[in-house]
Amino acid sequence: MKTLLDSQQLNITLQRLAHELIENHLDFSDTVIIGLQPRGIWLSDKIVSQLKTIIPHATITYGKLDITFYRDDVHQEGALLVPAQTDIPFSVENKKVILIDDVLHTGRTVRAAMDALLDFGRPGNVELLVLIDRHYSRELPIQADYIGMVVDTIISQKVKVNWKEQHKKDEVLLID
Amino acid sequence: MSLSVKHLLGIKELNKTDIETIFRTADNFKQVLQRPIKKVPALRDTTIANIFFENSTRTRISFELAEKRLSADTINFAASGSSVSKGETLIDTVKNILSMKVDMVVMRHAASGAPWFLSKHIDASIINAGDGVNEHPTQALLDAFSMRERLGDLKGKRVAIIGDIMHSRVALSNIFCLNKLGAEVMVAGPPTLIPKHIESLGVKQTYDINKALQWCDVANVLRIQLERQNKPLFSTLREYALYYGINKTMLDAIQKEILVMHPGPINRGVELSSDAADSSQSIILDQVENGVAIRMAVIYLLSGKRETME
Repeated sequence: MKTLLDSQQLNITLQRLAHELIENHLDFSDTVIIGLQPRGIWLSDKIVSQLKTIIPHATITYGKLDITFYRDDVHQEGALLVPAQTDIPFSVENKKVILIDDVLHTGRTVRAAMDALLDFGRPGNVELLVLIDRHYSRELPIQADYIGMVVDTIISQKVKVNWKEQHKKDEVLLID
Repeated sequence: MSLSVKHLLGIKELNKTDIETIFRTADNFKQVLQRPIKKVPALRDTTIANIFFENSTRTRISFELAEKRLSADTINFAASGSSVSKGETLIDTVKNILSMKVDMVVMRHAASGAPWFLSKHIDASIINAGDGVNEHPTQALLDAFSMRERLGDLKGKRVAIIGDIMHSRVALSNIFCLNKLGAEVMVAGPPTLIPKHIESLGVKQTYDINKALQWCDVANVLRIQLERQNKPLFSTLREYALYYGINKTMLDAIQKEILVMHPGPINRGVELSSDAADSSQSIILDQVENGVAIRMAVIYLLSGKRETME
C-alpha cells in the first residue's frame, strides 16, 4: 500500500482544481456542476465549497447524479447496486456541465453518466473533472479535462480515496 | 442489493427488508418518471411477457409502461383470441412463449395459486399480477408506498380495508404487506363478504363502517366483485351502497381527516360516492401514478436474479 496523496497534498490539489475551474468558467453563470453518486459526491462537495470560498459572489449551481440504471453491467455482477439519490433541480439545457468523479478508470462510469445526463436535456458542452486519472486502464475513449493526479496502475491494483468525514483521514491510497 | 425471492408470487413470501428495498428503489424510479425523458436503459437486454388470462386495464397498462420505461422489450398476451381457447394448457402456453427467449413473465390468472404452480415448471422469473382471490402483490406494494408517501413510516398506523374482503386479492395482499410493515389493519363490510377466521391473520374486524372510519388513518375501499360472486351475498347494490357505501358526509362527520384509497376500478355510487372519490382526501390517482414506479422497482430488482437460473 502506498500513499499517493496525503491530507496536505490533497488539499493543495483541490485548490488547484478549483482555480482551474474558475479560469475557464469565471463567474459560473452558465455553468452547472454535477457530482456522480456515490463516491464522486465527496469530491464535488469539497470542490464546490472551495469555489464558494474563492469566489463568494458567484452562484454555483450544483447537482448530484446517480447512474445505476445506466450501467452497462446491470446483469453481469452478482448483486444489483443500491441506487443513490439523483438531485438535479435545474435545467441543463445549453449549460456548460462539469461532471465530477473521484477516480477515472475504465471510463464506463463516465459513459453511463453522459447517457444519464442527456436524459435531463441537451447541455451546451460537458467537461470532466477527476481527482485521480488511472492511466493506461481505459476501456472507452474518454479523457478528463481537469485532473488532480495521473497515476500509472495495473488492473489488479486499487485506488482508494478516503475522506475525513467518512474514513477519519483525507488521503489517496494505492493498494496492491 | 437484491430481493430474497426469485419470483414475486405473493407478499406472503417477502420479508420486511424486501419491501423496504422495493420502496427505496421505487423512490428512485419515481424521480426518473418526473424527468423530461422518463426512461432508463437498465433492462435493454430483457424481454418480458405480459400474460393476462383475466381482464385488466390499470395493471396491464401500468406493467407495460413500467417495462417500457426500463427499456425492456415486451410482448402482450391476452387469453381471449389466443390458443388457450383451442385447449392449450397453461404450462404449454407459457413454455411456448418462453422458448422465444423471454426472461420474465407477468401473469394474471383467475385460478388462485396459478403463478406458484407455474413457478415449479419454468425457469423465468414470475410476477403475479393477480391470481383469483388470493394475492395481488404489486397492488399491495403500491398501496403501502402511497400511504408511506403521505404518512411516513407505517408502523402503528391504522388502515381499514372496507368492502368485499372475501373475493378480494387486494385485501389479502394488503393485510400481509401492512402487517409486515407494522401497521394495524381492520377489515369492514357485510358479514357475508368477510371470510370466517380472518382474525387469524392478525386483523380486527367490524360490520360497522362508521366504526372503521372513526378508528382508521387510511380507508382502503374495495370494489364489490360481482363477477366472482356465484351466489347472492347481499340483496341489491342499492342496499349495499346505503349500508356499506362511503360518502363525503360520512368522511366529514369523523373528527380527523383520513386518506381514502381505492385500487380501481371504482363503481361510483356503490362502494364509494363520487364526492368522496374526488375529494381532497382521496389519493386514488396517486396510487395509479405510484403503480408504475413500484412495478419498475419490482421488475428491476428481480431482473438481477437471472444469472442464478442459467
